[in-house]
Amino acid sequence: MRNDVSYIKRPNRPLQVYAIIFLIVLYTPVLFLPLFSFNDSIYVRFPLKGFTIQWYFELWERAQVWNSLMNSIKVGICVSIASTGLGIFAAKALTNYRLPGRPSIIGFIMLPLVVPGIIFGVALLVLLSQMGVPLSLYTVAIGHMIVCLPFSIATLLPRFEGFDRSIEEASADLGENAWWTFWRVTFPVVYPGVVASLLLSFTISFDEFIMAFFLSGTEPTLPMYIWGQLRFPQEFPSILALSSIILFVSFLLVFIGQWINRDDAYGK
Amino acid sequence: MTDTSTLSETGTPSKGASHLSRYFYKSPLSRGYGLLSPTLLLMTLGIVVPVCILLVMSFWTRQGFGFDTTFTTANYVKAFDQPIYMALMKRSLYVSAWATISTVLLAYPMAYYVAFHVHKNKMMWIVLMTLPFWTSYLLRVFAWKVVLGYEGVINSFLMGMGVIDAPLEFLLYSPTAVIVTLTHAWAAFAILPMYVSLEKIDKSLLEAATDLGDGPIWRFIRITLPLSMPGIISASFLIFIPTTGDYITPALLGGPDGMMIGNLIQLQFGAVNNWPMGASLSIILMLFIASIGLVFLFLTKLARERIS
Amino acid sequence: MTMTNKDAFISIQNVDKYFGKFQAIDKISMDIGHGEFFSLLGSSGCGKTTLLRMLAGFETPTNGEIYIDGQPMSEVPPHYRPVNMVFQSYAIFPHLNVRDNIAYGLRKQRLSKMKKYEMVDEMLDLIKLPEYGDRKAHELSGGQRQRIALARALILKPKVLLLDEPLGALDKQLREQMQLELRALQRTVGITFVFVTHDQEEALTLSDRIAVMSGGTVLQTDTPTGLYEMPQNREVAAFIGTMNFFEAMVDRVEGDTLVLDAKGLGKVSTTKGQRTTTKGDRFELAIRPEKLKISDTKPTTGACVEGTLENAAYLGERSHYYVRVDGQDTPVAVSAQNQKRVISSDQNAHSVWLTWDDDALVLLNDA
Repeated sequence: MRNDVSYIKRPNRPLQVYAIIFLIVLYTPVLFLPLFSFNDSIYVRFPLKGFTIQWYFELWERAQVWNSLMNSIKVGICVSIASTGLGIFAAKALTNYRLPGRPSIIGFIMLPLVVPGIIFGVALLVLLSQMGVPLSLYTVAIGHMIVCLPFSIATLLPRFEGFDRSIEEASADLGENAWWTFWRVTFPVVYPGVVASLLLSFTISFDEFIMAFFLSGTEPTLPMYIWGQLRFPQEFPSILALSSIILFVSFLLVFIGQWINRDDAYGK
Repeated sequence: MTDTSTLSETGTPSKGASHLSRYFYKSPLSRGYGLLSPTLLLMTLGIVVPVCILLVMSFWTRQGFGFDTTFTTANYVKAFDQPIYMALMKRSLYVSAWATISTVLLAYPMAYYVAFHVHKNKMMWIVLMTLPFWTSYLLRVFAWKVVLGYEGVINSFLMGMGVIDAPLEFLLYSPTAVIVTLTHAWAAFAILPMYVSLEKIDKSLLEAATDLGDGPIWRFIRITLPLSMPGIISASFLIFIPTTGDYITPALLGGPDGMMIGNLIQLQFGAVNNWPMGASLSIILMLFIASIGLVFLFLTKLARERIS
Repeated sequence: MTMTNKDAFISIQNVDKYFGKFQAIDKISMDIGHGEFFSLLGSSGCGKTTLLRMLAGFETPTNGEIYIDGQPMSEVPPHYRPVNMVFQSYAIFPHLNVRDNIAYGLRKQRLSKMKKYEMVDEMLDLIKLPEYGDRKAHELSGGQRQRIALARALILKPKVLLLDEPLGALDKQLREQMQLELRALQRTVGITFVFVTHDQEEALTLSDRIAVMSGGTVLQTDTPTGLYEMPQNREVAAFIGTMNFFEAMVDRVEGDTLVLDAKGLGKVSTTKGQRTTTKGDRFELAIRPEKLKISDTKPTTGACVEGTLENAAYLGERSHYYVRVDGQDTPVAVSAQNQKRVISSDQNAHSVWLTWDDDALVLLNDA
């Protein structure tokens, strides 16, 4: 046990303890949501009263929940496909060609990552209202595209950068045109990134609130529905149940995406 | 194999190749920008054009249910004259600054641990650390409302244990609650850039520092910390900028004392219904962010130059 | 457009290549014959890889034209060109196994599965890796990847095979073995190989002809012996092997013989060749270290010069000596085979004599 790791890499016990506490604290607040969603009381407080799944049943019977769920799924699927598609084009362009102004282009595309969502949200709202475009799920989808595209590109770019450019040249050299080269070489190599981008952008769109807040019309997305219900304390338990389901699905989707896209996906 | 007179099918150039495809073959740059154009178009229509309209509207004024489109700087004058606007702006910067500092301080050891002390299942750790960030922001803030609430987890737990008699009121509806929640919400995101810059550090540099007589603490101060500075700066940047404009957290947890500029902007577009004022406030927020962004860029450049 | 040279299989005519403002290739013209093993030799950044990539179609010439088998190529994208390439990194497709890598280019030929299988097996035999068809790309060693890259290109029966430093990533022993195999393979398939390398020994071993490149131009194109024995200018002479250089001035012309006054060597004579020259013209004279003979006593016949032995290095089969002669700043290098057993090498500075044959002297063009 003494000499199996180098001096620098020797384990650091306090740091290890810190790391574990960090992870626990990171997850704990979120875990209270499912905990109380099974609590047989409309008050969210200790001590717990008893186990029940009535709040989940109540959700099942609410048409509004189903409506907003379908709205969110519709927007999420369209946005994830569109932003991943555009992301693939953009990532390919940014890695294959020595484009002048590449750093500024990347900076521009990544802007929505840092600029507070409220600014782009109100800006789009102002533009759409001046153009006379009625707010709808389409306008929400446009807003979500702007939020998701930087994440798609940030997910795809390392994949495109990570493989040897000469394998695409080899394919061209062996007689394949750009279309076939993409499907026979590029896509199979970058597909973990594509799957991750699809799952990630779907989750982001599904969970997104700020753009939806400013840009949705009469049809709410799921987060909008939850926001509306937060005003009513008596709705708390069923919102907890709904939140627990959303969190579970989000965690699952993102985890799958990240896992497929992990660095050692192609046994190096 | 010796029969070289057999031409492979690939030997004959296609006669059908159009002028366009030929042009694209000859000009890689046009191919590159061609692939990039849908993204750039969307970003231009979705960001540049709206912000320009927003800028124009910020010089208008409200008139009944419509707008007076004569050019005036009245909104800006009002924003700088009436104390409420700048007070909220200041509070936004104050809250984000504290959230940023505490996030970086708390997340750095974690990034350090994974970069230097995790050898197996590194990817698993990274995924675990960053996973919460990708899930609903609204729900994570909501979770904190449940934790900090008047009859929430902490208060009811402490009261149940008999530690306190009445709920602690400062937990909810205060700037502190906002800072705690923001710190928690952004910690997962802050780890990534710091982890990347720590991971990049050549381990032999640390061995060299040790060899030249530095103990763990001096080695950290003289080697690890300066070399990971770009990561710390970009993490701060990635937290500070978006949190200044946040309005979900203050709306749910801030109460009247925890209100931030984002809430005010949202009010202008909602209940107050003064869009031009909201536009001006958004532009002012953007200018603040841009100037702070420039400072961060300058710091990054400085840190990078010191390293290389 | 001028017609291509009838014997030339590949004809490169007045080709320029700019990357932005940087000129990578400067007006290169050359012809490569059918079935030739042709090498582009030069240090990194000399433009050899750019030239190869223009043959493959990954770069287009800024000016000029490349003909392959009589066809102008500048409008032809890589996937329509009758050439195939072995990449420096081998570019083995990471998601495909060996068999699918080799069969990659056969898609367009619409062959039956059986036929494809047979062709791949034939190639696996040719590269001496039978049984390797089902291996994954990441289970292969460097040498194996290199062979598979070869097979993948050769299965398409290209008119020209382009090789971009294919042996660079291999260790010394494997490299020497692969050199022999590559040469044998080229004889078997009989097609033109264009080979890029920075390793002069490799180029000499493999090639029928070599073009030595520098700064985007071709310095000299010749057979390996031609390049080594009769380099035309100082850069080529210095790049290939070791060379001693001497400044010289024409003393007199006697028919076909040129008598020169060389700094450090004294009066030397060499053949005039095609040159027109008169007394007083300056030249640079060169001689290979192994063409100088070293002795402790003054030789009785032939031209000779006295010098001081400054340094000696014992290398086993041969020894290198560095001899200081009057009028030369750098010591003259001499390489001698140790035909007798060396008891102990004498490191002390002492007087030695150098001799040479007249025809070992090379007169360089760029004085």
